[in-house]
Amino acid sequence: MVKKRVIPCLDVAGGRVVKGVNFRNLREMGEPVELAQAYSDLGADELVFLDITATLEGRGPILEVIERAAEELTIPFTAGGGVTGVADARALLLAGADKVAINRAAFDEPGILTALATEFGAQAVVCAIDARGGEVVTHAGRNPRRRDAVDWAREAVERGAGEILLTSIDADGTRAGYDLALTRAVADAVEVPVVASGGAGDAEHLAAAFEAGAEAALVASIVHERPERLPELKSELEEAGWPMRR
Amino acid sequence: MSAPSSVMRVALADYGAGNLRSLSSALVRAQAEPLVTTDAAVVAEAPLALIAGVGHVGSAAAGLARHGLDEALRERVAAGLPVAGICVGMQLLFGESEEGGRGLGLLPGTVPRIRGPRVPHMGWNTLAATRTSKILDGLDGADVYFAHSFAVEPGDEELAVATVEHGGRIVAAVERGPLAGVQFHPERSGAAGARMLESLLRWSRSA
Repeated sequence: MVKKRVIPCLDVAGGRVVKGVNFRNLREMGEPVELAQAYSDLGADELVFLDITATLEGRGPILEVIERAAEELTIPFTAGGGVTGVADARALLLAGADKVAINRAAFDEPGILTALATEFGAQAVVCAIDARGGEVVTHAGRNPRRRDAVDWAREAVERGAGEILLTSIDADGTRAGYDLALTRAVADAVEVPVVASGGAGDAEHLAAAFEAGAEAALVASIVHERPERLPELKSELEEAGWPMRR
Repeated sequence: MSAPSSVMRVALADYGAGNLRSLSSALVRAQAEPLVTTDAAVVAEAPLALIAGVGHVGSAAAGLARHGLDEALRERVAAGLPVAGICVGMQLLFGESEEGGRGLGLLPGTVPRIRGPRVPHMGWNTLAATRTSKILDGLDGADVYFAHSFAVEPGDEELAVATVEHGGRIVAAVERGPLAGVQFHPERSGAAGARMLESLLRWSRSA
Protein backbone atom coordinates (compact mmCIF):
# COMPACT_ATOMS: atom_id res chain seq x y z
CA MET A 1 0.00 0.00 0.00
CA VAL A 2 1.18 3.46 -0.86
CA LYS A 3 2.82 5.30 2.03
CA LYS A 4 1.76 8.63 3.45
CA ARG A 5 4.26 11.28 2.48
CA VAL A 6 5.89 13.99 4.59
CA ILE A 7 7.10 16.76 2.30
CA PRO A 8 9.34 19.61 3.44
CA CYS A 9 8.52 22.73 1.46
CA LEU A 10 11.34 25.05 0.57
CA ASP A 11 9.99 28.53 -0.13
CA VAL A 12 12.64 30.15 -2.28
CA ALA A 13 13.14 33.90 -2.69
CA GLY A 14 16.15 35.30 -4.50
CA GLY A 15 17.79 31.86 -4.61
CA ARG A 16 17.58 31.35 -0.82
CA VAL A 17 15.11 29.38 1.27
CA VAL A 18 12.87 31.59 3.40
CA LYS A 19 9.85 31.13 5.64
CA GLY A 20 7.39 33.65 7.01
CA VAL A 21 4.11 33.72 8.88
CA ASN A 22 1.05 34.23 6.67
CA PHE A 23 3.43 34.91 3.76
CA ARG A 24 4.90 37.95 5.62
CA ASN A 25 8.03 38.61 7.67
CA LEU A 26 10.24 36.34 5.59
CA ARG A 27 13.28 34.88 7.35
CA GLU A 28 16.24 33.40 5.52
CA MET A 29 16.88 29.68 6.06
CA GLY A 30 19.69 28.62 3.67
CA GLU A 31 20.79 27.39 0.25
CA PRO A 32 17.99 25.40 -1.48
CA VAL A 33 19.84 22.34 -2.80
CA GLU A 34 21.96 21.95 0.36
CA LEU A 35 18.84 22.08 2.52
CA ALA A 36 17.06 19.72 0.15
CA GLN A 37 19.87 17.18 0.40
CA ALA A 38 19.84 17.47 4.19
CA TYR A 39 16.09 16.74 4.26
CA SER A 40 16.58 13.83 1.87
CA ASP A 41 19.20 12.38 4.22
CA LEU A 42 16.76 12.81 7.11
CA GLY A 43 14.08 10.76 5.34
CA ALA A 44 11.98 13.32 3.46
CA ASP A 45 9.65 11.43 1.12
CA GLU A 46 9.54 14.21 -1.41
CA LEU A 47 10.29 17.94 -1.62
CA VAL A 48 8.66 21.07 -2.96
CA PHE A 49 10.55 24.12 -4.18
CA LEU A 50 8.29 27.15 -4.45
CA ASP A 51 9.64 30.42 -5.79
CA ILE A 52 7.29 32.53 -3.69
CA THR A 53 8.37 35.91 -5.02
CA ALA A 54 8.14 35.00 -8.69
CA THR A 55 4.51 35.99 -9.23
CA LEU A 56 4.88 39.25 -7.35
CA GLU A 57 8.02 40.31 -9.18
CA GLY A 58 7.09 38.79 -12.54
CA ARG A 59 10.30 36.73 -12.58
CA GLY A 60 10.76 33.49 -14.42
CA PRO A 61 11.27 30.19 -12.59
CA ILE A 62 14.44 29.26 -10.81
CA LEU A 63 15.81 26.85 -13.36
CA GLU A 64 19.35 26.72 -12.09
CA VAL A 65 18.26 25.51 -8.65
CA ILE A 66 16.03 22.90 -10.28
CA GLU A 67 18.79 21.58 -12.53
CA ARG A 68 21.17 21.09 -9.63
CA ALA A 69 18.41 19.52 -7.51
CA ALA A 70 17.61 17.07 -10.32
CA GLU A 71 21.23 15.98 -10.53
CA GLU A 72 21.92 15.72 -6.81
CA LEU A 73 18.67 14.47 -5.25
CA THR A 74 17.50 10.86 -5.25
CA ILE A 75 13.97 11.62 -4.08
CA PRO A 76 11.22 13.24 -6.15
CA PHE A 77 10.47 16.93 -6.06
CA THR A 78 7.94 19.45 -7.31
CA ALA A 79 8.90 22.88 -8.61
CA GLY A 80 6.59 25.86 -8.70
CA GLY A 81 6.32 29.58 -8.36
CA GLY A 82 6.32 32.05 -11.18
CA VAL A 83 4.80 29.61 -13.62
CA THR A 84 3.00 31.84 -16.09
CA GLY A 85 2.09 29.26 -18.71
CA VAL A 86 2.95 26.10 -20.58
CA ALA A 87 6.42 27.29 -21.62
CA ASP A 88 7.45 28.03 -18.02
CA ALA A 89 6.11 24.72 -16.78
CA ARG A 90 7.80 22.81 -19.58
CA ALA A 91 11.12 24.49 -18.76
CA LEU A 92 10.88 23.34 -15.13
CA LEU A 93 10.05 19.76 -16.13
CA LEU A 94 12.83 19.66 -18.71
CA ALA A 95 15.23 21.07 -16.10
CA GLY A 96 14.50 17.93 -14.10
CA ALA A 97 11.54 18.62 -11.82
CA ASP A 98 9.38 15.52 -11.41
CA LYS A 99 6.26 17.64 -11.09
CA VAL A 100 5.38 21.24 -11.69
CA ALA A 101 3.01 23.19 -9.43
CA ILE A 102 0.86 25.81 -11.09
CA ASN A 103 -1.24 28.24 -9.12
CA ARG A 104 -2.58 31.50 -10.51
CA ALA A 105 -1.79 30.75 -14.17
CA ALA A 106 -3.94 27.62 -13.99
CA PHE A 107 -6.75 29.51 -12.27
CA ASP A 108 -6.65 32.24 -14.93
CA GLU A 109 -6.30 29.79 -17.81
CA PRO A 110 -7.27 26.21 -16.81
CA GLY A 111 -6.39 24.89 -20.28
CA ILE A 112 -2.74 25.01 -19.16
CA LEU A 113 -3.43 21.95 -17.00
CA THR A 114 -4.78 20.04 -19.99
CA ALA A 115 -1.88 21.02 -22.24
CA LEU A 116 0.69 19.90 -19.67
CA ALA A 117 -1.12 16.66 -18.81
CA THR A 118 -1.29 15.80 -22.50
CA GLU A 119 2.42 16.40 -22.97
CA PHE A 120 3.89 15.13 -19.69
CA GLY A 121 1.13 13.05 -18.12
CA ALA A 122 -1.17 14.04 -15.26
CA GLN A 123 1.34 12.67 -12.72
CA ALA A 124 3.62 15.64 -13.52
CA VAL A 125 0.94 18.31 -13.09
CA VAL A 126 0.18 19.71 -9.63
CA CYS A 127 -2.48 22.34 -9.23
CA ALA A 128 -1.55 24.53 -6.25
CA ILE A 129 -4.58 26.09 -4.61
CA ASP A 130 -4.33 28.73 -1.88
CA ALA A 131 -7.52 29.25 0.11
CA ARG A 132 -8.74 31.61 2.79
CA GLY A 133 -12.05 30.76 4.42
CA GLY A 134 -12.69 28.25 1.63
CA GLU A 135 -12.23 30.87 -1.10
CA VAL A 136 -9.48 30.69 -3.71
CA VAL A 137 -6.88 33.42 -3.27
CA THR A 138 -3.87 34.20 -5.49
CA HIS A 139 -0.79 36.45 -5.53
CA ALA A 140 0.65 35.12 -2.25
CA GLY A 141 -2.76 35.33 -0.64
CA ARG A 142 -3.51 38.95 -1.47
CA ASN A 143 -6.17 38.56 -4.16
CA PRO A 144 -9.48 36.88 -3.31
CA ARG A 145 -10.96 35.28 -6.44
CA ARG A 146 -14.64 34.66 -5.53
CA ARG A 147 -14.38 30.95 -6.30
CA ASP A 148 -14.99 28.06 -3.93
CA ALA A 149 -11.72 26.13 -3.49
CA VAL A 150 -13.43 22.73 -3.60
CA ASP A 151 -15.19 23.62 -6.82
CA TRP A 152 -11.95 24.82 -8.39
CA ALA A 153 -10.09 21.68 -7.26
CA ARG A 154 -12.73 19.53 -8.95
CA GLU A 155 -12.38 21.46 -12.21
CA ALA A 156 -8.58 21.44 -12.05
CA VAL A 157 -8.58 17.64 -11.86
CA GLU A 158 -11.06 17.36 -14.72
CA ARG A 159 -8.74 19.59 -16.72
CA GLY A 160 -5.72 17.37 -16.10
CA ALA A 161 -4.14 18.02 -12.68
CA GLY A 162 -2.73 14.83 -11.15
CA GLU A 163 -2.32 16.20 -7.64
CA ILE A 164 -3.73 19.07 -5.58
CA LEU A 165 -1.42 21.05 -3.31
CA LEU A 166 -3.90 22.67 -0.96
CA THR A 167 -2.66 25.52 1.21
CA SER A 168 -4.74 27.24 3.84
CA ILE A 169 -3.49 30.80 4.02
CA ASP A 170 -5.27 31.22 7.37
CA ALA A 171 -3.31 28.36 8.89
CA ASP A 172 0.04 28.90 7.13
CA GLY A 173 2.92 29.37 9.55
CA THR A 174 0.69 29.25 12.64
CA ARG A 175 1.60 25.66 13.70
CA ALA A 176 -2.00 25.30 14.89
CA GLY A 177 -2.85 22.43 12.51
CA TYR A 178 -4.03 22.05 8.92
CA ASP A 179 -7.45 23.24 7.78
CA LEU A 180 -9.10 19.84 8.16
CA ALA A 181 -12.56 20.78 6.89
CA LEU A 182 -11.06 22.15 3.68
CA THR A 183 -8.70 19.18 3.29
CA ARG A 184 -11.53 16.69 3.76
CA ALA A 185 -13.84 18.52 1.36
CA VAL A 186 -11.23 18.59 -1.41
CA ALA A 187 -10.03 15.00 -0.80
CA ASP A 188 -13.64 13.80 -1.03
CA ALA A 189 -14.25 15.77 -4.21
CA VAL A 190 -11.30 14.51 -6.29
CA GLU A 191 -9.72 11.18 -7.22
CA VAL A 192 -6.13 12.45 -7.29
CA PRO A 193 -3.86 12.71 -4.23
CA VAL A 194 -4.28 15.82 -2.07
CA VAL A 195 -1.31 17.35 -0.26
CA ALA A 196 -2.34 19.27 2.86
CA SER A 197 -0.37 22.44 3.45
CA GLY A 198 -0.26 25.26 5.98
CA GLY A 199 -0.30 24.94 9.74
CA ALA A 200 1.82 21.90 10.60
CA GLY A 201 2.91 21.99 14.25
CA ASP A 202 3.20 18.40 15.40
CA ALA A 203 2.68 14.78 14.35
CA GLU A 204 -0.96 14.84 15.46
CA HIS A 205 -1.66 17.57 12.92
CA LEU A 206 -0.23 15.43 10.12
CA ALA A 207 -2.18 12.41 11.33
CA ALA A 208 -5.37 14.47 11.33
CA ALA A 209 -4.69 15.57 7.75
CA PHE A 210 -4.20 11.93 6.68
CA GLU A 211 -7.40 11.03 8.54
CA ALA A 212 -9.14 13.79 6.56
CA GLY A 213 -8.05 12.13 3.32
CA ALA A 214 -4.73 13.79 2.49
CA GLU A 215 -2.13 11.49 0.93
CA ALA A 216 0.68 13.76 1.95
CA ALA A 217 1.43 16.64 4.29
CA LEU A 218 3.65 19.64 3.69
CA VAL A 219 5.89 20.82 6.51
CA ALA A 220 8.00 23.95 6.61
CA SER A 221 8.70 26.06 9.71
CA ILE A 222 8.79 23.14 12.15
CA VAL A 223 11.49 21.33 10.19
CA HIS A 224 13.39 24.41 9.03
CA GLU A 225 13.78 25.40 12.67
CA ARG A 226 15.02 21.94 13.69
CA PRO A 227 15.57 19.48 10.79
CA GLU A 228 15.86 16.49 13.17
CA ARG A 229 12.15 16.99 13.77
CA LEU A 230 11.50 15.34 10.38
CA PRO A 231 12.52 11.75 11.25
CA GLU A 232 10.84 12.19 14.65
CA LEU A 233 7.57 13.14 12.94
CA LYS A 234 7.79 10.11 10.67
CA SER A 235 8.42 7.66 13.49
CA GLU A 236 5.64 9.20 15.60
CA LEU A 237 3.27 8.76 12.66
CA GLU A 238 4.40 5.18 12.14
CA GLU A 239 3.85 4.43 15.83
CA ALA A 240 0.35 5.89 15.44
CA GLY A 241 -0.30 3.28 12.75
CA TRP A 242 0.19 5.28 9.54
CA PRO A 243 2.03 3.55 6.68
CA MET A 244 5.32 5.43 6.36
CA ARG A 245 8.37 4.82 4.19
CA ARG A 246 11.26 3.40 6.16
CA MET B 1 35.64 -0.03 -6.98
CA SER B 2 35.18 -0.14 -10.78
CA ALA B 3 38.11 0.20 -13.16
CA PRO B 4 37.55 2.61 -16.08
CA SER B 5 37.36 -0.35 -18.47
CA SER B 6 34.26 -1.64 -16.64
CA VAL B 7 32.30 1.59 -17.17
CA MET B 8 29.29 0.61 -19.23
CA ARG B 9 27.90 2.80 -21.95
CA VAL B 10 24.12 3.12 -21.70
CA ALA B 11 22.14 4.60 -24.57
CA LEU B 12 19.16 6.60 -23.31
CA ALA B 13 16.68 6.80 -26.15
CA ASP B 14 15.68 10.47 -26.36
CA TYR B 15 12.24 10.76 -27.90
CA GLY B 16 11.58 14.32 -26.74
CA ALA B 17 9.38 13.73 -23.67
CA GLY B 18 12.37 13.67 -21.57
CA ASN B 19 13.50 14.65 -18.23
CA LEU B 20 16.52 12.38 -18.59
CA ARG B 21 18.80 14.55 -16.45
CA SER B 22 17.94 12.81 -13.17
CA LEU B 23 18.30 9.33 -14.64
CA SER B 24 21.61 10.24 -16.30
CA SER B 25 22.99 11.46 -12.97
CA ALA B 26 21.81 8.29 -11.24
CA LEU B 27 23.50 6.14 -13.91
CA VAL B 28 26.76 8.04 -13.44
CA ARG B 29 26.54 7.32 -9.70
CA ALA B 30 26.06 3.64 -10.61
CA GLN B 31 29.38 3.76 -12.53
CA ALA B 32 27.80 3.84 -16.01
CA GLU B 33 28.33 6.25 -18.88
CA PRO B 34 24.90 7.43 -20.07
CA LEU B 35 24.49 8.78 -23.60
CA VAL B 36 21.26 10.67 -24.23
CA THR B 37 20.72 10.16 -27.93
CA THR B 38 18.33 10.29 -30.89
CA ASP B 39 20.85 8.36 -33.01
CA ALA B 40 19.50 4.93 -33.99
CA ALA B 41 23.02 3.60 -34.55
CA VAL B 42 24.05 4.49 -30.98
CA VAL B 43 20.88 2.89 -29.61
CA ALA B 44 21.52 -0.22 -31.72
CA GLU B 45 25.12 -0.68 -30.61
CA ALA B 46 25.34 0.33 -26.94
CA PRO B 47 25.83 -2.50 -24.44
CA LEU B 48 22.51 -1.45 -22.85
CA ALA B 49 19.63 0.61 -24.25
CA LEU B 50 17.19 2.34 -21.90
CA ILE B 51 13.78 3.80 -22.65
CA ALA B 52 12.72 6.29 -19.97
CA GLY B 53 10.98 9.64 -19.75
CA VAL B 54 7.47 10.63 -18.85
CA GLY B 55 4.19 11.32 -20.58
CA HIS B 56 1.91 9.61 -22.98
CA VAL B 57 2.59 6.15 -24.43
CA GLY B 58 1.23 7.18 -27.82
CA SER B 59 3.39 10.29 -28.18
CA ALA B 60 6.41 8.43 -26.78
CA ALA B 61 6.00 5.68 -29.39
CA ALA B 62 5.63 8.32 -32.10
CA GLY B 63 8.78 10.05 -30.83
CA LEU B 64 10.76 6.81 -31.00
CA ALA B 65 9.50 6.10 -34.52
CA ARG B 66 10.39 9.62 -35.71
CA HIS B 67 14.08 8.86 -35.20
CA GLY B 68 13.93 5.19 -36.20
CA LEU B 69 14.63 4.25 -32.58
CA ASP B 70 11.73 1.77 -32.53
CA GLU B 71 13.40 -0.31 -35.24
CA ALA B 72 16.79 -0.07 -33.53
CA LEU B 73 15.22 -1.38 -30.32
CA ARG B 74 13.43 -4.22 -32.12
CA GLU B 75 16.66 -5.26 -33.81
CA ARG B 76 18.47 -5.28 -30.48
CA VAL B 77 15.88 -7.55 -28.94
CA ALA B 78 15.91 -9.84 -31.99
CA ALA B 79 19.70 -10.07 -31.61
CA GLY B 80 19.37 -10.78 -27.87
CA LEU B 81 20.85 -7.43 -26.79
CA PRO B 82 19.43 -5.98 -23.55
CA VAL B 83 16.72 -3.30 -23.57
CA ALA B 84 15.22 -1.91 -20.36
CA GLY B 85 12.26 0.40 -19.84
CA ILE B 86 11.55 2.73 -16.93
CA CYS B 87 8.04 4.02 -16.09
CA VAL B 88 6.48 4.90 -19.47
CA GLY B 89 9.47 3.11 -20.98
CA MET B 90 8.31 -0.12 -19.37
CA GLN B 91 4.79 0.46 -20.70
CA LEU B 92 6.31 0.96 -24.17
CA LEU B 93 7.61 -2.62 -24.13
CA PHE B 94 3.98 -3.81 -24.21
CA GLY B 95 1.12 -3.36 -26.68
CA GLU B 96 -2.15 -1.45 -26.64
CA SER B 97 -2.54 1.30 -24.02
CA GLU B 98 -5.85 2.52 -22.67
CA GLU B 99 -4.26 5.98 -22.73
CA GLY B 100 -4.39 5.78 -26.53
CA GLY B 101 -1.72 4.49 -28.86
CA ARG B 102 0.40 1.39 -28.55
CA GLY B 103 3.87 0.44 -27.48
CA LEU B 104 6.50 -1.62 -29.27
CA GLY B 105 4.77 -4.94 -28.59
CA LEU B 106 8.01 -6.60 -27.49
CA LEU B 107 6.21 -8.23 -24.57
CA PRO B 108 2.63 -9.59 -24.52
CA GLY B 109 0.06 -7.52 -22.66
CA THR B 110 -1.81 -4.25 -22.47
CA VAL B 111 -1.62 -1.03 -20.44
CA PRO B 112 -4.97 -0.22 -18.80
CA ARG B 113 -5.71 2.71 -16.51
CA ILE B 114 -5.20 1.98 -12.80
CA ARG B 115 -8.33 1.31 -10.79
CA GLY B 116 -7.09 2.32 -7.35
CA PRO B 117 -8.26 4.42 -4.44
CA ARG B 118 -6.26 7.37 -5.77
CA VAL B 119 -5.10 7.86 -9.35
CA PRO B 120 -2.33 8.73 -10.19
CA HIS B 121 -0.67 6.08 -8.02
CA MET B 122 1.75 8.55 -6.47
CA GLY B 123 4.32 7.96 -3.79
CA TRP B 124 6.40 5.25 -2.14
CA ASN B 125 5.08 1.71 -2.24
CA THR B 126 6.48 -1.64 -1.09
CA LEU B 127 7.80 -4.14 -3.63
CA ALA B 128 6.59 -7.72 -3.22
CA ALA B 129 8.74 -10.10 -5.27
CA THR B 130 6.68 -12.65 -7.20
CA ARG B 131 9.75 -14.60 -8.26
CA THR B 132 13.50 -14.23 -8.11
CA SER B 133 14.97 -11.76 -10.55
CA LYS B 134 18.28 -10.18 -11.35
CA ILE B 135 17.11 -6.58 -11.58
CA LEU B 136 15.42 -6.53 -8.15
CA ASP B 137 18.09 -8.50 -6.34
CA GLY B 138 17.72 -7.84 -2.60
CA LEU B 139 14.81 -5.43 -3.05
CA ASP B 140 11.88 -7.60 -1.92
CA GLY B 141 10.08 -5.44 0.66
CA ALA B 142 11.86 -2.24 -0.35
CA ASP B 143 9.93 1.02 -0.76
CA VAL B 144 10.32 2.71 -4.15
CA TYR B 145 8.70 5.74 -5.78
CA PHE B 146 5.82 5.55 -8.26
CA ALA B 147 4.02 8.27 -10.24
CA HIS B 148 1.68 6.90 -12.92
CA SER B 149 -1.95 6.53 -13.95
CA PHE B 150 -1.56 3.50 -16.25
CA ALA B 151 0.08 0.17 -15.53
CA VAL B 152 0.96 -2.93 -17.53
CA GLU B 153 -1.19 -6.05 -17.47
CA PRO B 154 1.15 -8.73 -18.86
CA GLY B 155 -0.44 -11.36 -21.09
CA ASP B 156 1.81 -13.87 -19.36
CA GLU B 157 1.86 -13.86 -15.56
CA GLU B 158 5.39 -15.20 -15.50
CA LEU B 159 6.69 -11.88 -16.82
CA ALA B 160 6.15 -10.02 -13.54
CA VAL B 161 8.93 -10.17 -10.98
CA ALA B 162 7.36 -7.81 -8.43
CA THR B 163 4.04 -6.18 -7.64
CA VAL B 164 2.74 -3.49 -5.29
CA GLU B 165 -0.70 -3.07 -3.70
CA HIS B 166 -2.86 -0.10 -4.67
CA GLY B 167 -6.50 -1.12 -4.67
CA GLY B 168 -5.33 -4.34 -6.30
CA ARG B 169 -2.01 -5.62 -7.55
CA ILE B 170 0.05 -3.40 -9.84
CA VAL B 171 2.96 -4.95 -11.74
CA ALA B 172 6.06 -3.08 -10.60
CA ALA B 173 8.73 -4.89 -12.61
CA VAL B 174 9.14 -7.40 -15.43
CA GLU B 175 12.13 -9.40 -16.65
CA ARG B 176 12.51 -11.89 -19.49
CA GLY B 177 15.49 -12.67 -21.66
CA PRO B 178 17.00 -9.42 -22.97
CA LEU B 179 14.01 -7.34 -21.75
CA ALA B 180 13.45 -5.75 -18.36
CA GLY B 181 11.21 -2.99 -17.07
CA VAL B 182 10.33 -1.17 -13.87
CA GLN B 183 7.24 0.96 -13.35
CA PHE B 184 8.83 2.90 -10.47
CA HIS B 185 11.52 5.57 -10.77
CA PRO B 186 14.89 4.19 -9.64
CA GLU B 187 16.48 7.64 -10.02
CA ARG B 188 13.95 8.93 -7.46
CA SER B 189 13.90 5.94 -5.12
CA GLY B 190 16.85 6.69 -2.85
CA ALA B 191 19.21 3.85 -1.94
CA ALA B 192 16.80 1.17 -3.20
CA GLY B 193 16.71 2.82 -6.61
CA ALA B 194 20.50 3.07 -6.75
CA ARG B 195 20.75 -0.62 -5.93
CA MET B 196 18.25 -1.45 -8.68
CA LEU B 197 20.27 0.47 -11.28
CA GLU B 198 23.46 -1.36 -10.25
CA SER B 199 21.60 -4.67 -10.58
CA LEU B 200 20.26 -3.60 -13.96
CA LEU B 201 23.80 -2.96 -15.22
CA ARG B 202 24.88 -6.40 -13.95
CA TRP B 203 21.79 -8.00 -15.55
CA SER B 204 22.57 -6.36 -18.90
CA ARG B 205 26.06 -7.84 -18.90
CA SER B 206 24.59 -11.33 -18.58
CA ALA B 207 21.27 -10.91 -20.43
